[in-house]
Amino acid sequence: MKGQLFITALFFIMSQEQILSSDGIPLEQSLKKAERKNKLKAVLLVAPLFLFLLIIYVFPIGDMLFRSVDDRMITKMLPKTFQAMENWDGQDLPDEPVYKAIYEDLKYLKENKTYGKIIARLNYEKSGFSSLIKKTVRKLKKIEEGNYKEQFIKIHKRWGQPEYLVALKNAAPNWSYAKYLKGIDMRFDQDRNIIQVEEDRRIYKILWMRTINVAFWVTLFCFVLAYPISHLLATLPMKYSNLLMICVLLPFWTSLLVRTSSWMVLLQQQGPINDLIVWLGLAADDNRPELMYNVIGTFVAMTQILLPFMVLPLYSVMKTISPSLMRAGKSLGGTPLVSFVKIYFPLTIPGIGAGCLLVFILAIGYYITPALVGGASGSLISNSIAYHMKSSLDWAFASALGTMLLVGVLAIYWVYNKLVGIDNIKLG
Amino acid sequence: MALPNHTPLNYRIWHYTYLTFCGLVFFFLIAPLFVILPLSFNAEQYIHFSSKMLALDPEGFSLRWYEDMIYGTKNPWGLATKNSLVIAFFATIGSTVLGTVAALGLSSRHMPYKAAFMALLISPMIVPLIISGTAIFFFMAKVGLAATHTGIVLSHIILGTPFVVITVTATLSGFDHSVTRAAASLGSNPVNTFMKITLPLIMPGVISGALFAFVTSFDEVVVVLFLAGLENTTIPIQMWVGLREQLSPTIMAVATCLIIMSTLILVSAELLRRRSERLRGINH
Repeated sequence: MKGQLFITALFFIMSQEQILSSDGIPLEQSLKKAERKNKLKAVLLVAPLFLFLLIIYVFPIGDMLFRSVDDRMITKMLPKTFQAMENWDGQDLPDEPVYKAIYEDLKYLKENKTYGKIIARLNYEKSGFSSLIKKTVRKLKKIEEGNYKEQFIKIHKRWGQPEYLVALKNAAPNWSYAKYLKGIDMRFDQDRNIIQVEEDRRIYKILWMRTINVAFWVTLFCFVLAYPISHLLATLPMKYSNLLMICVLLPFWTSLLVRTSSWMVLLQQQGPINDLIVWLGLAADDNRPELMYNVIGTFVAMTQILLPFMVLPLYSVMKTISPSLMRAGKSLGGTPLVSFVKIYFPLTIPGIGAGCLLVFILAIGYYITPALVGGASGSLISNSIAYHMKSSLDWAFASALGTMLLVGVLAIYWVYNKLVGIDNIKLG
Repeated sequence: MALPNHTPLNYRIWHYTYLTFCGLVFFFLIAPLFVILPLSFNAEQYIHFSSKMLALDPEGFSLRWYEDMIYGTKNPWGLATKNSLVIAFFATIGSTVLGTVAALGLSSRHMPYKAAFMALLISPMIVPLIISGTAIFFFMAKVGLAATHTGIVLSHIILGTPFVVITVTATLSGFDHSVTRAAASLGSNPVNTFMKITLPLIMPGVISGALFAFVTSFDEVVVVLFLAGLENTTIPIQMWVGLREQLSPTIMAVATCLIIMSTLILVSAELLRRRSERLRGINH
């Protein structure tokens, strides 16, 4: 009663006049100032890493997105052509000014010796451009002023076929999502309709499906293998579990290439596993099964390499489950199976979610292991990105594939963050 | 895990099946690493257990591949080791400093949009390396840092910071902030308080984060594959090149050295973890 009265009195005083701090500023204001200062301090501490990441990581990824849709090269190299083509309806052959513009553009490119670039780009648009441009450039000096259309068709009959000029006109826009279409085995036809590519050239859908497939099964295998051992690690007395934990942590800390090379040793045709298979009489010595350079190798090696990432989150969740819960279940008449299904398993679901999402995210972008033990039939989408970065040099396409993969991974990351909370990741 | 005497037979069978399964999984995890050790001492040129080795004949074993690794002609491992160590050293320092400072800010309860910042700062760990590698390569080529140590160090700092942020924030979650207030009330300035009070207390977290950052950089191959020129070759790159050509016993020797190194790192990480748990008063 007394306390209530005191608080009422305090509120009364507060509403009458503000409480002042020692230096005469109202307390409320002073507190706000201090809070602002603390907020600023926290932000300033995060700022260096944030800015560093923004410049060297976020900005380059944005640049990659930009590259995947950037298609200005042709427009820059054939400026007059596209200007002249603006008045052409794209039905019959264009008129004289278009051919004159093509002549001027090609002449300029020939003088600067830069026409090689547009050949490759135009050949993506329509095959046959390569010989067309090369022949035209070679005979360019024979062309006399006036009547360009006739002279062009005389050099190469394709200049008289409207589909080539339509294809040229189609290359004009500065931005294009053609690379994304290619990433799912689609393309533009001559009339800018989106169609599937020819049956024998559909490779990326297979690659995406295989990547998702491998990631899914590797996650499942990891889960099936990790659940019992995490349970064992969490329930054994400390001195045994610490020893067994080494079996999980040593591979975790060992170089990825070392672990991959140990699988290459094990899975090779003359390797120990094949020796064992022959010794058991499951295969003839001269007919040893191929365990490597196919999808089997990718599965086995990735499962072993990613297993610790499943065990650690499961273990840290199982460690917190009190053994008395299972005992209580038993004392209430539940069989071990019922107690497990109704009590233990539901409690481990956060760990399962964390482990599965982590392994799936890591598996879907895996590059090194599939490249070394996967061969052609076991390679994943990352391997294709690397191929286009390093060998075919189609950087725009590599960027498009990378962006598609990134969107997928970020979606899972978002789910992970919602379900598990990113600050709950446990390491070691 | 001995079962009581009155356990029914079917539980008994189930229990031993479970233990056998666990044993097999542990074997699956650890055994592949031990295949490499004996092969690195092979006297022959093949990656294969020779009959002499299986008979434990001393003639079947030799140190020639270790000699080849160290003294071999045209041997890339010396330069690769030097580069790997230099790059990992600077990357570790960079990641540890930036990550620790950021973790201090993130752990403050005054930090606005904490979850969003955390998600962004952790993202280099989640985004597939092939994408990070592609993006960073474009950037480094643009600013002229491709095929330089600086470029590789900068990208490894990015890849290492998430680990430092995670371990240091975990250590700070059990941190008693009244000690820093006590220091402040005794007249210590913030820098002094950090150096003398906070840092020693969170040191286990900082060091284990630094270990992660070191291993991340030391093992990293995808980004270096994009960035490195001939001069910047590292141990993982040389292993990658070697493994793509053919399995050689020299690679087994290098792998053995790396396994020994990771064992040492594992032991120090474990000791640190226990120390940090003891400091935070967590007892199992």
